[in-house]
Amino acid sequence: MSRYIATRAIRGANAIVAEADGLLNKAIAEKGGDFPVAFPNTAYYLPVMYGMLGAEVSTLGQIEPILEHAKNLLHPLPDEQLWTPYLGETLDCGMSTLLAAEAIEAIRFVYGEQPEPYPGLELAGATSFTSPDNGGGPAADGHLNGPIDDIQLRSWGIQLVDGRMPGFAAIIGAAHSNKAAVAIIRELQKRNILTFLTGNVNGRSIIDQLVEEGVEIGYDTYIVPFGRDTISAIYAAGFATRSALTFGGMKGGQWREILLYNKFRVFAFGLALGEVDDLKYATAAGVLSYGFPVIADTIIPEILPTGVTRYEHVISMPWNEIEGKTEEEKAAKLVQKCIEVRGVKIQITEVPIPVPYGSAFEGEVVRRADMRVEFGGKNSRAFEYLLMADKDEVEDGKIELIGPGFEEIEEGGYMNMGIVVEVAGRKMEKDFEPVLERQIHYFVNGASGIQHIGQRDIAWIRISKTAVEKGLTLKHFGDILYARFHGDFGTIVDKVQVKIITEPDLYAEWLEKARAAYDERNVRIGAMTDESVEEFYSCTLCQSFAPDHVCVVSPQRLGLCGAYNWLDCKASFQINPTGPNQPIRKGQCLDPVKGYFVGVNDYAKSGSHGSVEMVAMYSIMENPMTACGCFECIMMVIPEANGFMIVSREDTSMTPAGMTFSTLAGMAGGGLQTPGVMGIGKFYIISPKFIPADGGFKRVVWMSSIFKEQMAEQLKQVAEREGDPDLIDKIADERICTDVEGLLKHLQEKGHPALTMESLL
Amino acid sequence: MAKKIRLPEEASQDEASIALLKLAAEKGIETAFSRADAMAACPIGSDGICCKVCSMGPCRLVKEGQTGICGATVGTVAARNFARMVAAGAASHSDHGRDLAYTLLAAAEGHAPDYKVRDPAKLKEMAGYLDVKVDGQTTEELAREVALAALAEFGKPQGEILNLKRAPAKRQEVWRKLGITPRNIDREIVEIMHRTHVGNDQDAEHILDHVLRAALGDGWGGSMLATDLSDVLFGTPGPVFTEANLGVLKDDEVNIIIHGHEPTLSEMIVAATQDPELIEYAKSKGAKGINIAGICCTANETLMRQGVPLAGNFLQQELAIITGSVEAMVVDIQCIMQSLAVLSDQFHTLLITTSPKAKITGATHIEFDEHRAMEIAKEIVRKAVDRFPERGKTAIPDHRANMIPGFSHEYINYALGGYYRGSLRPLNDAIMSGRIRGVVANIGCNNARVCHDEVFRYVVTEFLKNDVLVVETGCGAIASAKQGYMTPEAAFEVAGPGLREVCETAGIPPVLHLGSCVDNSRILTVLAQVATEGGLGEDICDIPAVGMAPEWMSEKAISIATYCVASGAYVIMGHSSPVEGSEEVTRIISDGWEEKVGGRLEFTNDPEEIVRRSLAHIDKKRAELGLPEYDPTKWGKSGDWRINQLLELPFTERIEAAYGNQAE
Repeated sequence: MSRYIATRAIRGANAIVAEADGLLNKAIAEKGGDFPVAFPNTAYYLPVMYGMLGAEVSTLGQIEPILEHAKNLLHPLPDEQLWTPYLGETLDCGMSTLLAAEAIEAIRFVYGEQPEPYPGLELAGATSFTSPDNGGGPAADGHLNGPIDDIQLRSWGIQLVDGRMPGFAAIIGAAHSNKAAVAIIRELQKRNILTFLTGNVNGRSIIDQLVEEGVEIGYDTYIVPFGRDTISAIYAAGFATRSALTFGGMKGGQWREILLYNKFRVFAFGLALGEVDDLKYATAAGVLSYGFPVIADTIIPEILPTGVTRYEHVISMPWNEIEGKTEEEKAAKLVQKCIEVRGVKIQITEVPIPVPYGSAFEGEVVRRADMRVEFGGKNSRAFEYLLMADKDEVEDGKIELIGPGFEEIEEGGYMNMGIVVEVAGRKMEKDFEPVLERQIHYFVNGASGIQHIGQRDIAWIRISKTAVEKGLTLKHFGDILYARFHGDFGTIVDKVQVKIITEPDLYAEWLEKARAAYDERNVRIGAMTDESVEEFYSCTLCQSFAPDHVCVVSPQRLGLCGAYNWLDCKASFQINPTGPNQPIRKGQCLDPVKGYFVGVNDYAKSGSHGSVEMVAMYSIMENPMTACGCFECIMMVIPEANGFMIVSREDTSMTPAGMTFSTLAGMAGGGLQTPGVMGIGKFYIISPKFIPADGGFKRVVWMSSIFKEQMAEQLKQVAEREGDPDLIDKIADERICTDVEGLLKHLQEKGHPALTMESLL
Repeated sequence: MAKKIRLPEEASQDEASIALLKLAAEKGIETAFSRADAMAACPIGSDGICCKVCSMGPCRLVKEGQTGICGATVGTVAARNFARMVAAGAASHSDHGRDLAYTLLAAAEGHAPDYKVRDPAKLKEMAGYLDVKVDGQTTEELAREVALAALAEFGKPQGEILNLKRAPAKRQEVWRKLGITPRNIDREIVEIMHRTHVGNDQDAEHILDHVLRAALGDGWGGSMLATDLSDVLFGTPGPVFTEANLGVLKDDEVNIIIHGHEPTLSEMIVAATQDPELIEYAKSKGAKGINIAGICCTANETLMRQGVPLAGNFLQQELAIITGSVEAMVVDIQCIMQSLAVLSDQFHTLLITTSPKAKITGATHIEFDEHRAMEIAKEIVRKAVDRFPERGKTAIPDHRANMIPGFSHEYINYALGGYYRGSLRPLNDAIMSGRIRGVVANIGCNNARVCHDEVFRYVVTEFLKNDVLVVETGCGAIASAKQGYMTPEAAFEVAGPGLREVCETAGIPPVLHLGSCVDNSRILTVLAQVATEGGLGEDICDIPAVGMAPEWMSEKAISIATYCVASGAYVIMGHSSPVEGSEEVTRIISDGWEEKVGGRLEFTNDPEEIVRRSLAHIDKKRAELGLPEYDPTKWGKSGDWRINQLLELPFTERIEAAYGNQAE
């Protein structure tokens, strides 16, 4: 701190706490103390209040003691001379600012003023707000995002832990110019840094600047607009708090642990653009307690000694003084500084193409109107095939376009294309082919202006007009793949060669080869069972977030995040022998039904630092596998139905357990072993090793309808395997019922087998 | 033997004291300064080799190789004398702690209605250290159990001192291995007296091993209990604004000086001076009000908690009376000069002794009884007011300095992170980076044979320049307060660039006042926490820190020095060595102890040497930890300087300079 910052932050804190107090009194007078308050689709109540104070606030009246605490944290301004110390006092005022800001946003939700309306705005992925007061309907349009929902938080989890999303930036204010705003955002996107937008300068927000410049904002582009005032920055603190609760296994009220978790594990920083007023100083003082530094593009006092944050606390980098001829050059330097100050570790592979590149562009959509050309989809076909070849057969760096480019195709037209990647390497194995091939989706999608959906011979690729105007050609697909395979898989891949094939005869020839390979792989993978291997793999990737959690990945049970199957782990071990995926020798099998193995137990005990004694690979009722927080779905026992329900993280509806996914997630995560509750990857549902100890798939009495749609074909096969072809129909979903009575009624009507199976409990 | 009579400027560095020394000289009033000039120290005694433990002596040993009548060697004699100094010092601190435990007990049992638990959180913390189960008791019930547990620490028949577990694990291991873990507080002191009886322990090293043990019973035992109990009873200190030096005395108010070491009665006197009835009474006697100020550690206790101004340190107790403005000087225990009685008779000052353990011939004795504390306090204040009309011409020097004291270790944690993130992490970080080169604990007494406050001034100035953070207690702290080093502004004026940045970040002065001399236990707590916070080793002896008492004189200072060494610290004492006569003992307490416990004790009367050795030690420890070499040119960029320049510009220019040309 400095006396100047302390003075302004303390003044800002006193003002906002008074404002919150006034709003709360008014709201209680108008709506009553029992009126419910909540942030939609988020667990953990009002998360900062819950995290810091353990307060389960769900009514207006329950905010009162929170604001009392906030008032107690306030301090008078430091004197002009002979001041008493102010650092601790300012940090306390910062915390009271956060509590007050969260109270204000909660009250605004009560009045339908959050998320902030923004007529005409379409978000590229956003929280669904079902209240008609908030811009109407479940669509994400007509308003800013407000708090990030749980589904999104969890689906980002794996990217946050594996370094693909190295951190988050909370931007507050407005950039020097629209051009500067875009340049800063592009720099952040390039590094895959999740960016939250808040605040304004004299009424103008960076959100307005980006919208004016046509920048796509929303979850899919890693740019989340919270609100046009400083108060909305509280959603960033809420996100940080929830990260610790979700992935770190912390409980509400463990404030010190939650704050230190953020200091050491969540690489976030604040970027103040334009004038910094009292409230911004106060908010900055609040996030400093999370260990997040603040960088300003104006002159403010710098705080360089470290301690509360890991590196410097406050940095001033006046825009006018940044060296650089263009806004882009200045933006690059500013963002570089932010990264240094937070110590964000960036894994970045330079990809030499004429459009911006980074994971932040993965979710970008190319709409038909903006499309230059497409491959695959309704009118054409695209396939991709990666194969291992002999060292001598692969010429590293050779990228060929065989056949015509899309220059001759009319705008909005289509054509067939095949992408064939040949790799060679001493450590490469045939089994890694599908692992690497699946990466093509992510790699290609990283280019701004390319949309990639699907895989194998159902790939569907679009290129935008803008990208083509910037010079993107088909050959650049090869450049992307070449750079990324070397960058990410350099330890197993020595040589990479890419063929982009549009020439019809060759296309047909390679398509046939590819299809033969797909079939062969299907057979291989189908034949790969837990019994057929000697080693399972551990996955401790999430231990940076959930320190006591260990995933054990077997051929028939993939990781709960859905992102790592046994082959992925094996490849990962090859790439990094001391990394998060280690082979576990199964050892003696103690119980083939429940899935107890000596080696697995030993590993679970040491890997969880003693918090887990035993793991049953195939049971949910006895020593189930723990979970971090990034699970694709949650299974939970429904005792009345003598079976289990499976909820998708994409399902926001109520479940027969009386809890939504968000609330259930609190019980399933954090590395705790809770019999009857388990986080899993969705493809585990169709595995023959799906909880055989507890009766297998027949025990599933309820599942989110999204599974029935996404995995219709596979589920049908499972039903046949189980000898009950109509089984899927007998399973209820949220369209049928969301309570136990409805569930039992459905099961009885349909004659679900679980009702007559041996009692679970 | 006639000695050179020093000029006032040679006798003291402090302006207020110089003025009063001049006045004393004019009036022919004797002071400790003039008596020091008049009488040389006994050379044999000051070398620590006069043995008078039996009536065959005293044996006047003057050089190595001689023995006493019983054959005791120079080493044995010097070690015994040193041991007895530690016994006296440890006894003084610890007995002070014991009395506080009795006060808490009386308060808990309802016998001392004027006292209550002011910091229940700290009471619970203490309960944890003392193995008292916190289990739904009322505060009073818990206070009773804690008081009894604290009292047990003094004489329990088995086990070891419980607060030792607050030391780093490695340190506890060192003590256990050497067998110097104190069993209880009193026993180790008694054992010193036993061992040093004629014809008993006659191996210097063996005697001195036990000295470490007894001293640990002071630092981690009696002193730490005294600090904790005072915080429980009177509140844990936090920063306050106040002033220091004799200029805090007021010409138009009744001046009461509280002097000594205990907060128990003085807290009541402070409260009594707020009593409207007594203020009215003072006004009826022609005074505008009642002013209270402190000397020595009673001053430090009430300063830290109530912001009572400091009148001065040890050597200023007589000078306060010489101002002619003090109606009453109320004294409790320790470091009270007997000369006050005679001196106060020459003025209108009433000298009031209050402790059942400290009576002075010629003084008015009003014995303190905690069961009717406020009543006694009011009686004392009333007596002081009664003296006001007798006041003659005053000579209050117009010297006082601003200060911000109140740095309990609890507050230091808070100051570095607030309620939610309080820790010493920023301090450790600052030391690791080199913004703070190291830490010096500068403590201890004044000594009439040393130019008053001058060594303090010199060494502290040098340390601050060299980016060394200074923490202080006792009379040393008062010296720096008078120097103006305990203001936040001092960081900008005297500190090096790195230290300045850290001070500006937290808003703290570069010299932190941690309390009275029993509060050196707070320094132990901070050091233990620094060691466990991480990044600066695992034990106190790993930390780039030095302890010192450059103007020491009392036996308590020797006990403090010894427990700091036993805790792993390098300690440099100024003035003279009490073991000067024995090379063997000098070696044992330096090289010998360093080998055993990692800390060492040295004596030197050369202030420049103190600074040189301290910085060398700090740099050595930095190197051992693999920390970057101290380089002040790297630091100093942060802070308000740039915004302050900006604020001087006219408004429109300022806006443009700060924000550039804003977006349209």
